[in-house]
Amino acid sequence: MENNWSQSYSLRKAKDKIFLAAVSLAALFAVLPLIALLLFVVFKGAGSLNWQFFVNLPRPVGEAGGGMANAIVGTMAIVGLASMFSLPIGIFGGLWLAEWGKGKRGFFIRYAVDVMSGFPTIIFGIFSYMLLVLTLKRFSALAGGFALGLIMIPYITKTTEEMIKMVPRTLKESALALGVPEWKVMLSVVLRTAWNGIFTGVMLAVARAAGETAPLLFTAFNNNYWNFRLDQPTASMTVQIYNYAISPFSEWNNLAWAGSMVLVGLILFVTVTVRKYSKRINYG
Amino acid sequence: MSIIKRNKGDVWFKTTALLLAASIPFIFLLLFLLLIWQSRLSLRTFGIGFIFNSGWDPVRDQYGALPFIYGTFVSSILALIIAVPLGLGCAIYLAEVSQSRFKEWLATMVDLLAAIPSVVYGLWGLAVITPIFGLSMMSAGVLLAIMILPTITSVSREVLQAVPLSLRESARALGATKWETIKLSVLPPAASGIIGSTILGLGRAVGETMAVTMVIGNRPEISGSLMAPAYSLSAVLANEFAEASSNMNFSVMVEIALILLAFTVLINGVAKLLVWKIIGHNRIH
Repeated sequence: MENNWSQSYSLRKAKDKIFLAAVSLAALFAVLPLIALLLFVVFKGAGSLNWQFFVNLPRPVGEAGGGMANAIVGTMAIVGLASMFSLPIGIFGGLWLAEWGKGKRGFFIRYAVDVMSGFPTIIFGIFSYMLLVLTLKRFSALAGGFALGLIMIPYITKTTEEMIKMVPRTLKESALALGVPEWKVMLSVVLRTAWNGIFTGVMLAVARAAGETAPLLFTAFNNNYWNFRLDQPTASMTVQIYNYAISPFSEWNNLAWAGSMVLVGLILFVTVTVRKYSKRINYG
Repeated sequence: MSIIKRNKGDVWFKTTALLLAASIPFIFLLLFLLLIWQSRLSLRTFGIGFIFNSGWDPVRDQYGALPFIYGTFVSSILALIIAVPLGLGCAIYLAEVSQSRFKEWLATMVDLLAAIPSVVYGLWGLAVITPIFGLSMMSAGVLLAIMILPTITSVSREVLQAVPLSLRESARALGATKWETIKLSVLPPAASGIIGSTILGLGRAVGETMAVTMVIGNRPEISGSLMAPAYSLSAVLANEFAEASSNMNFSVMVEIALILLAFTVLINGVAKLLVWKIIGHNRIH
């Protein structure tokens, strides 16, 4: 270690100043891309966003007034399916881990959840493709929902486990002491107490799933028309944004910006609201 | 005879919960087995040489994963070179320097960066970054740097905050400046966690798909120049997985997925061990 204390005071002072300036600058640079990104999304998106975007189907190049109505509905359908699949597994899995998961089995399950949360999301798309698309022999909202559900499961499980561990023991014990069966205590005391926290976790998982593109590329695929059948290829906002973004036509690029604005607005709204709300959670 | 009668509802409830919980490792195993099973043709034909072979021509049944592995790692390391100084600086600013209200706002902004969909980063990259660097390795590296900045910043910040206050106070009491305090008594105990946050960022970068696919240029060649188009493991999956023309082609794509998965699992495992030592389990998502 170099000998700091023999340096002159003014030199040490100067080094300190340089350090402070450097970290402040780093902080500024770290937040700059976000501001730039938001500005781009807002200005480019607002320029091409109109009511037609929300009610019309995609149109060929050259025809004005194309929209993403089917993709908006498609994203809702796929994320809805994903929630139906991942909520029971995530919530009851998290409950089991928090209440009975101290042993070897708990360690094993927790380990799987943890490793899965770090998987590249495209892997879930490939898994769903091999499991559902190859067997059903077509792309479908179901396969897309399955892939997104797999992404949501680790988030929901982790949050549920943490939230349930925060429920005071005394609350549970007093219910048990009154002779209430354990399963009823779990459902109407433990889960209900932890519900606000679990809900925020679920909403964050939903927001994340709605923003995913890679797992949908070869599961839900895409569709330029209305589709209300879950076993058919289904459009989603993210895949539509992707296709429009890499196309050479500027009017399609503009639609990609409009779609991004809607999607980012929605995701940031959910994230910010949930964060505000979750700060107020306490079990006192 | 037992005095306590087992409640039937309890048994049912606990069993259901266990089955649902156990379905997670079950899915996990199924995923691995299915990947290995579907890539068996490629694994058997090319063996370990697949990783070191750089020829890629699906039409002539020539397959080698090296260009993709190269692209994935060079772009990710480029991202680390840019993001680590910025992220660490930002974390130090947030944890050690700033006292103002601006700090809360900044921390929230950085966290929000993580919530923005990958495809929107890609779209933005096409508008802002590729006009400067072209469709190239460099563009992918810069865009990845922006995307992993929140991970490195927030994990490093938590690690720094876990360093006991008394260490800082003793250095300050001896007359150390802020910089000396951080250098001598905050960074050394936090070092392994900061390295962990860096590796965690690497894991994110390696697995990132859409944004990279959109700006890296998608050319399966190994070029010495960072300004040349390249390809990555995740990008080739996004572009070519569903278009596999033969059984062998499909099997090769699945093996690429397997390689990608192996890399990320390995990297994340190492990172979490380093970070957990300092801030405990269950804190990082």
